[in-house]
Amino acid sequence: MLSFLLIILVSTFFMGIVIRTKSIASGRKGPGIFQPMRDIIRLWKKGAVYSRTTSFIFQIAPTAYFVSVIMAILMIPHANNPGLISFDGDFVMFAYILAFGKFLMIISALDTGSSFEGMGASREALFSMLVEPAFFILMGSFALFTGHTSFHSIFSALHYGSYIAYMLGGMATFVLVIIAMIENSRMPVDDPKTHLELTMIHEVMVLDNSGFDLGLINYTANLKFAMYGAIISNFFISALPIEISIPLFLVIQFIFAIIVGIIESFSARYRMGHNPQFIFILTSVSLLIFFGVLLVLGKFM
Amino acid sequence: MYKILIEIFNLLAIITIICFPLFKTKGRGIMGISIITVQVIISSIVAVSVFSDGAFEYAYKGSVVTGIIPVRIDYLSAWFILVIGFTFLTGAWYGLQYMKKYIEQAGNISMHIIAFILLYTALIDICLVQNGFVMLIFWEIMALGAFILIIFEHYKIATLKAGINFLIQSHVSILFLTIAFMWVKTKTNSFDFEAITAFTSSHPAVIGVVLFAMFFIGFAIKAGFVPFHTWLPLAHPAAPAHISGIMSGVIIKIGIYGILRVLMLLRTDMVSIGYFLLFISVGTGIYGVMQAIVQHNLKKLLAYHSIENIGILGIGMGLGCLGLGYNNQLLTLTGFGGALLHTLNHSLFKSLLFYSAGNVYQAMHTMNIEALGGLLKRMPRSAYLFLIGALAICGLPPFNGFISEFFIYNGLFHGLLQNNFLFIMTILFTIIGLVLIGGLALICFTKAFGMVFLGTPRLKSNIDKVKEHPVKIFPMYLIALAIVVIGIVPILFSPSLLKIVHLYQPDLNKEVLIQFKNIVHKLTSVGWYSFGFIILTALLYYLRYFITSRRQNSIDATWGCGYTGETSKMQYTASSFIRSYRKLAEPVLLIKKEKKEATGLYPKIVKQKTHSNDKIESWLIDKPLLLFRKFLNLFVFLQNGNIRAYILYGFIFVGLSVIVPLIIDKITTILNFLNQL
Repeated sequence: MLSFLLIILVSTFFMGIVIRTKSIASGRKGPGIFQPMRDIIRLWKKGAVYSRTTSFIFQIAPTAYFVSVIMAILMIPHANNPGLISFDGDFVMFAYILAFGKFLMIISALDTGSSFEGMGASREALFSMLVEPAFFILMGSFALFTGHTSFHSIFSALHYGSYIAYMLGGMATFVLVIIAMIENSRMPVDDPKTHLELTMIHEVMVLDNSGFDLGLINYTANLKFAMYGAIISNFFISALPIEISIPLFLVIQFIFAIIVGIIESFSARYRMGHNPQFIFILTSVSLLIFFGVLLVLGKFM
Repeated sequence: MYKILIEIFNLLAIITIICFPLFKTKGRGIMGISIITVQVIISSIVAVSVFSDGAFEYAYKGSVVTGIIPVRIDYLSAWFILVIGFTFLTGAWYGLQYMKKYIEQAGNISMHIIAFILLYTALIDICLVQNGFVMLIFWEIMALGAFILIIFEHYKIATLKAGINFLIQSHVSILFLTIAFMWVKTKTNSFDFEAITAFTSSHPAVIGVVLFAMFFIGFAIKAGFVPFHTWLPLAHPAAPAHISGIMSGVIIKIGIYGILRVLMLLRTDMVSIGYFLLFISVGTGIYGVMQAIVQHNLKKLLAYHSIENIGILGIGMGLGCLGLGYNNQLLTLTGFGGALLHTLNHSLFKSLLFYSAGNVYQAMHTMNIEALGGLLKRMPRSAYLFLIGALAICGLPPFNGFISEFFIYNGLFHGLLQNNFLFIMTILFTIIGLVLIGGLALICFTKAFGMVFLGTPRLKSNIDKVKEHPVKIFPMYLIALAIVVIGIVPILFSPSLLKIVHLYQPDLNKEVLIQFKNIVHKLTSVGWYSFGFIILTALLYYLRYFITSRRQNSIDATWGCGYTGETSKMQYTASSFIRSYRKLAEPVLLIKKEKKEATGLYPKIVKQKTHSNDKIESWLIDKPLLLFRKFLNLFVFLQNGNIRAYILYGFIFVGLSVIVPLIIDKITTILNFLNQL
């Protein structure tokens, strides 16, 4: 429950920090950190325009997408406190429930019968397929490392014995940061601020969503960032008492947001055709982690 | 009592087939359905009581050729009897409505119904009988029955070709099975399945593995493991929808039953068999779904997806074997349990998908995805049922596909904690494979559902005629209900699964049972979680409705980047949806493109065609066949049409058959003479 509340809290200002970092990096003052949340609330109050071609799928998809992320967040622990739901193999459920939301968003984009939205849907389907193995190998490595197979038991049993183990934590953080960037369609893979539909991924999928639905989708993106931030923070706050872990959690989320802002400010979007190669790098890094774990445990032959 | 029930079951089929011509044409359909229903009820009574009372066995005396014919119904048989029964029941009910379109072909339909009853009886008997010889006879009846069912529209060349392809491959399968059974028979002088156990436990492990390879090839052709899968993508589009559903749902599963049965009987090196199964299954799964994505024919797409699911089943079985080999009982439990559960699950959602595709076919008269679109508004029931099937087959919660995949994942992650390096690497490879299969399935079914049912129609013809009969849909609702129930209450089947796995590992120890209870407990949480997901979505949707209904909403055209007209041609097509994937996967696929460039100041209409072929089929079957034909063509001069030459061949043949033994006889005499020197 604690981690759920913390994630909700962070989701209200996470994107604000990212935007603020980007503004400062480009020499502007920038809006306050709660501005993105205010925009979302404004959207929630607005009416909507629906396309004539759309059906019920288009209506329910944003809600289901939002609920899928909420359900995924329920599984994430905070330090020694398990998530609301915790069972062995819950990270499999985590990945699949997120995939459910994605499935609905993709078909809702196809529901509009638009030429652009299909394009975004196609890319989203492909890239999220390519990301999946990296996440599973990463969680598999830590399952192997700790001997447990649920988020809570993995993170509470996580002790870095040696320097190599610290390196594993670092690499895991790297992988998760990039996964978060890809899943949220941010910079190296997708440019949310581009003006040209042909080069978008996520933004072009939601071209026809407006009003409450668009607000929900935007807020879900924030939630997803905070969710990945929470997973990253768990790599570092494994067994600390609450008084230390909560401030540490906030600090890590803060640093994560700044890193996202910096990556966005100083990198350019890859050519669409090069994205798969970039995402494959993630899988290889997580394979490195896996071999590192085997090395640490002495299971190499 | 079971004996009588089983005899009634078989007699019913025989009497019906004999009496069939005596009935009036009009009542034949209804009669076929009622016979099948009664048969399903009888076989289900037997299967359910086996689950409650324990395994059952009796024997017929048989003849000199067959030896004793034992009939053994253990939990494995009972499980498959139930799975087959349910799919046939829904298939028959759905088929009754589907076939009404062909009502004028009375004779053809009668043949179809007879073959249908034959097929069902043969399938059930395969599960019952444990005598190699008799089982092969039933296997043959099944192949012929399925052949007749597939070629229902025999006036179409493509259908006939697909049927003949199926028939040939079925017989290759029978050939391998015959060799395997004959081998055991010659060594032990018995066709009884138990002879396999006796044979393999008294011989070195290598013999057992080779015997397994024989059985595996035979059964894998039926099941559709790559590279023995080539009949599936041809036969499924050719057959009527209910037959495709049954074929994909249970006929290919009888191959899985065979493999599971053989694995239970063999006493040999389970470790190598396990590794072999895992590698071939991961290959099968990935190759199947990779091919499925690029298909333009909806039924062909579903057929390739069956191959993918056979891969997932195989992964489960491979894990189970490794568990047996390494004596890791939890792995055995999760592996075989996952495979068995996925057998049931796949038969449910695949038949549902094929029935929906059948509705689409009857409405639109095409299966070409590029020509469909916007069907959700015209046939909403089929569309939403297809969506449920699609979500389930992608393994997404809260549906049943997730439960069996979760079972297998559990086994995999448990397997990761072992100490054997080779084993860990294999498990890692399998996890990556399974994850990729899931991701690719998502691409495949967003494409299939999105292109067929969403957007606007791509071809304007035949649009207004579509009408959905609730009666026609009724069996599909039944399947959808089963899918959701298994997704939310997964513990429903865990006691039965535990009983079946007991057959493989009779000495399950208490510790493992406790661990298994934990898994069951986990499944309960998964069920609750899924249920919570549904409830929360419904609640939030209601909340959203409550909020947005007060706002000012309007309806307008889809945003077109400034273009305000509406044209279906602007939509993204299926080919373009998978274009970036295709570019990535090009090395594995075999896609032929026909393209004309637009030239001149006023270019004429430009067309582009893409055609996806099966690379493995072309390498493994088409090219060797071509070479073989080339070789045979060298002797074409013999067939010169000259009757005198043919008479000469006859004389030469007769002469040789007389002379050759004589010569050999002489040579042996000389050799003997030389030896005596």
